[in-house]
Amino acid sequence: MVTRLVGLLCALVLVLAGLGSALAAELRIGITQFPSTLNPLIDSMLAKSYVLAMTRRPLTAYDQDWRLICMLCTELPTIENGLAVPEALADGKQGIAVTYQIHPGARWGDGKPVTSADVVFTWEVGRHPKTGVSDFEAFRRILSIEVIDDKTFTLHLDRITFDFAATGLEILPAHIERPIFEADPATYRNRTAFDTDPANPGLAFGPYKVVEMVSGSHIVLARNDTWWGAKPAFDKITVRVIENTAALEANLLSGAIDMIAGELGVTIDQALAFEKRHGGRYDITYKPGLIYEHLDLNLDNPILADKRVRKALILALDREALSQRLFAGRQPVADSSVSPLDWVHDPETPTYGFDPEAARALLDDAGWTRIENGIRHNAAGERLTLELMTTAGNRSRELVEQVLQSMWREVGIETRIRNEPARVFFGETVAKRKFTGAAMFAWLSSPESVPRTTLRSDQVPSAENAWSGQNYTGFRNPEMDDLIDRIEVELDRAKRKVLWARLQRLYVEELPVIPLYWRANAYVLPKWLSGLRPTGHQGTTTLWIEEWRDSR
Amino acid sequence: MLTYVAQRLIESALVLLIMSFVVYGLIGLMPGDPIDIMVSSDPNMTPQDAARLRALYGLDRPIVERYLNWLGAALQGDFGFSRLHARPVLEVLLPRLGNTVLLMGLSFLLAFALALPAGVYAALRPRGAGDTAINLFAFAGISLPPFWLAILLIILFAVVLGWLPAGGMAPGGAGLGVQVQYLVLPIATLTLATIGGILRFVRAATMEALRQDYVRTARAKGLSERQVVFGHVLRNAMIPVVTILALNFGALFSGALITETMFGYLGMGKAIYDAILGNDFNLALIGLLLATLTTLLANLAADLCYTWLDPRITYR
Repeated sequence: MVTRLVGLLCALVLVLAGLGSALAAELRIGITQFPSTLNPLIDSMLAKSYVLAMTRRPLTAYDQDWRLICMLCTELPTIENGLAVPEALADGKQGIAVTYQIHPGARWGDGKPVTSADVVFTWEVGRHPKTGVSDFEAFRRILSIEVIDDKTFTLHLDRITFDFAATGLEILPAHIERPIFEADPATYRNRTAFDTDPANPGLAFGPYKVVEMVSGSHIVLARNDTWWGAKPAFDKITVRVIENTAALEANLLSGAIDMIAGELGVTIDQALAFEKRHGGRYDITYKPGLIYEHLDLNLDNPILADKRVRKALILALDREALSQRLFAGRQPVADSSVSPLDWVHDPETPTYGFDPEAARALLDDAGWTRIENGIRHNAAGERLTLELMTTAGNRSRELVEQVLQSMWREVGIETRIRNEPARVFFGETVAKRKFTGAAMFAWLSSPESVPRTTLRSDQVPSAENAWSGQNYTGFRNPEMDDLIDRIEVELDRAKRKVLWARLQRLYVEELPVIPLYWRANAYVLPKWLSGLRPTGHQGTTTLWIEEWRDSR
Repeated sequence: MLTYVAQRLIESALVLLIMSFVVYGLIGLMPGDPIDIMVSSDPNMTPQDAARLRALYGLDRPIVERYLNWLGAALQGDFGFSRLHARPVLEVLLPRLGNTVLLMGLSFLLAFALALPAGVYAALRPRGAGDTAINLFAFAGISLPPFWLAILLIILFAVVLGWLPAGGMAPGGAGLGVQVQYLVLPIATLTLATIGGILRFVRAATMEALRQDYVRTARAKGLSERQVVFGHVLRNAMIPVVTILALNFGALFSGALITETMFGYLGMGKAIYDAILGNDFNLALIGLLLATLTTLLANLAADLCYTWLDPRITYR
């Protein structure tokens, strides 16, 4: 009888263990955005990058320690190892030939090998004028591709820059996409198999492949048997899209999802509130990185054209207190546009502390001396009034706005807040430089990102250049232009670091932008999940999904 | 009657045509276009690339020319391609229309079925305890923000009790029971959000009808209170209620938007909202026209209801 009972208990334990492992076979991730397309070349969208990182890998990427590494290639090309060779171009300029070898084990989900032919096809699609690929410039820089063998190819680039090996090239499967593309390149973007047949295994060569996609709702991924790397822990991953962050939290608490992705999840204030209430049940990781929250100042405004006023604006702000009180210190103060986590950051760059007396002195010096009802006026009787704009409905930014307004008021600067929906703010007001004072938003960049589009004189958007460029402040400085040009082509790291140091110093001296803080992503994870390492840059954590482990 | 219906359908088609131009024009007037969004998200895009993409998407042509091109294609059954969903517009919208009609239809029926007896009861006993309680309930329904109500219901039934899913759609191939489970909370939210307004209309219209001479006459004739209410009061009271309900039908799309967002329910309201914010012109246009068509048809149905409610009304 006792033996039977023990046997029964053992069987029960085994059944329960089986159930446990069955549960462990799936990971359900909650995000707040659905990708508009899964084609890697059409539209850039964080949700797409998040999902695609599980099904494929770029040739190279920055890792969690912000080092450039090979993902699909076998060895990172450098001039020293002979895989990158400077070459003279027909027009007399200097180009570079960069040779990559695709990982020998790389195969698409249908068993076909990933080859140089796929790379050539991707380049053909990317540079075709009718395909609607937005990042045309990246493909235009590739003058030609030389196929050495099935797995080896050489890119001939039109210029030498320090980041010549950092090609995030996402390869298309030629055996599936070529017939679709050649039928009509102009409508390829509407007929790509990534959207018409997303569950086709031949579209994936990463640890996972898409097996189900319900637009606007969820994407289900299953383990890809042709993946050459470490076996991922989960049989199945479901990415559920819940756009409302309060509903996202409720879904987590109800067990409908297991985790909230930091890249596309709750805001920092929501995460802090969630941690207070339910922190014991989850691991909440905050990762500050390359999301640079700042105020772009319109330098065409005569008030802001005066450097003394710009300096007074930053000196009047207690940004440390702002970071501590609003974000519990999770989002550290930014002192320039270069993150302290970036190797090119110069700790010797001067910083601005909270010094309202110095701010008042600078404003006096700038002629804003007469104070009426607490607001400064100049000799002509003009009020020191600035318009402050950001995205309406973004609670964190609206809170920060109020703090800035009250701090500036203390030194006699009046601020009028005028917010707009993100679509209008970014699509019109910022893009066409229609803000008259300060615009609060964030830049997301990769490590050692050269600020060409945001600080170079020829990148000021205007009707003449079809509003391209991102130098929304209208900052024009010959030395900055020169530094940007020199940094881009300087291959020697030590020399480049010196140039970067000067750029940071010039940035804080000229102050076209008021740095606020480095935004952090909040990852809300179950305690049984390990191996997830936030990157802090635009590379998503899912690029290393095979390292995630289930400790249940 | 058939002539009248045919005439109304022709008028509706004309209204739709005019609306298509108005909506197309308004969408075209909105700040920014899809290429502006691409330019702001891609620092490497050159002015030449932007111009090339504008030409590719046909955004470089005058709005009237674009509208006529669109209309020509639409009349041949080609309603365009959704930029946000990378699929033909109808392929995106029709399933969502079905989902929204199911959500709205069930919550509308439920709200009406509850509001009608409660409204009549309140009107028959004005300022009594029942009327006060019903009014309180109605005002609570009108006042409670649907997003807050949705979160409360999710926390109670999905998080605390664990009885129902917190949101999303039933998995493909799921049985009726599972599908109902996924519908309960969105329908409850939308019902509670709409019931208050309907209840107030029913109560007011019934009280108004109760004051009419024909009701006094009916009572003087010795009819029972039940006969008076069901035979005379209710039918007459329903005429303004039906008018209001028909006019509000289009607004239900926007009401459903909040519910759809909170529960991750794939409906029309959310699709239209996302399309407008994401510069998905084709999807926004067809979505808004479908909402217009729904309102027009609801109003036609209301007009037809009048003849049933009041035999004195005839259409020629």
